[in-house]
Amino acid sequence: MKAGMPAVIVALMAVAACGDSMRDQPRYDPLSAAQGWPHNQSARVPPEGTVARDDSMAPDPQSPPTALSRAQLERGRERYGIFCSPCHGGSGHGDGMVVQRGFPAPPSLHSERLRAAPLRHYYDVISGGIGRMYAYGARVPPQDRWAIAVYIRALQLSQHATVDDLAPGERKALEKQP
Amino acid sequence: MPQIFHRRTDGLVRILLASGGLAIVALAVVAYFIDRSPYLTGQGAVPEQPVPFSHQHHVAGLGIDCRYCHTGVEKSPFAGLPDTHTCMSCHSQLWTNAQMLAPVRDSLERDIPLRWIRVHKLADFVYFNHRVHVTNGIGCESCHGRVDRMPLMRQAAPLTMQWCLDCHRNPGPSLRPPGQITAMGIEPASEARAATSGHTLLKQYAIHTNRLTECITCHR
Repeated sequence: MKAGMPAVIVALMAVAACGDSMRDQPRYDPLSAAQGWPHNQSARVPPEGTVARDDSMAPDPQSPPTALSRAQLERGRERYGIFCSPCHGGSGHGDGMVVQRGFPAPPSLHSERLRAAPLRHYYDVISGGIGRMYAYGARVPPQDRWAIAVYIRALQLSQHATVDDLAPGERKALEKQP
Repeated sequence: MPQIFHRRTDGLVRILLASGGLAIVALAVVAYFIDRSPYLTGQGAVPEQPVPFSHQHHVAGLGIDCRYCHTGVEKSPFAGLPDTHTCMSCHSQLWTNAQMLAPVRDSLERDIPLRWIRVHKLADFVYFNHRVHVTNGIGCESCHGRVDRMPLMRQAAPLTMQWCLDCHRNPGPSLRPPGQITAMGIEPASEARAATSGHTLLKQYAIHTNRLTECITCHR
């Protein structure tokens, strides 16, 4: 019996390491189930009117709060690609892939009415939705809404540019093309 | 004194001793492979979901960006699952009578979230952070595989510590430029190309490779 003791101890140690209490710790992971809480989930919906710690309390400004920059336009292009292009299409004509699959087409962003609309209009539509378009406020934070609005303006300019709008160098390059 | 053991006993004991040693080694080898087998890592598993959501259809077919639904991926440790409202952004108009989507409509109507089953589960002692990966050049595909070819979500990687370390020890080849994080079908760079482009990206993202294998990077 005595000779078998080391083997028994080793076996016991091996078994002792088999518990899963480290792997499944008594804590809530994001969106994990939590008995006794509303909807049986740990994630809570903030009370109405909650303002995030780093959010501004001021009402939304009428125009972008930051100066126009290349980085903002690039950000707007990226976010437009993610959130808007499925319906509005890459160029804003309202012919995105989801529209091609049967979603009612949104108005073209290049109509007279929308070209005349202020940037705040796009900000508001992204925030709260319009017609069949759902609100994107929960998915697109304010600075990104402004970036998208600014990018939409750039898209509109891109579809209504004249040769006179080009810088002299660009114009020369264009005229050289056959 | 008479012989207690037969003369062949000597050889028998040797064989027994040797095979006993071999058995221990074999057991260790088998345990090693079982521990890394898909049976225990869950690699390739396809859990049944409340709605048979097809990433293939939405990603490859429609070209919807990962971040349209997984909005937290760039700013929080958790990539985020879309709420029912996100599904209904399109499905308020499309496939409105599909039986397949009945749980989604029911969720909206009764204001009760859909209960998706987690496919990629890490042990609780691992602190994985999506943000730090996708904002530092690691694409979704590196861990989640060709999601655009998955009609049903599948665990593509073994998610073992060894698998994590493979990349943490040599992240260069897996790095992508910021614009290609959610793109699919990008092979890791070859060692030769990684030596140039990977090195540039390591610098661009300011990744200190010597810190990536410290325990506290993932365990805290």
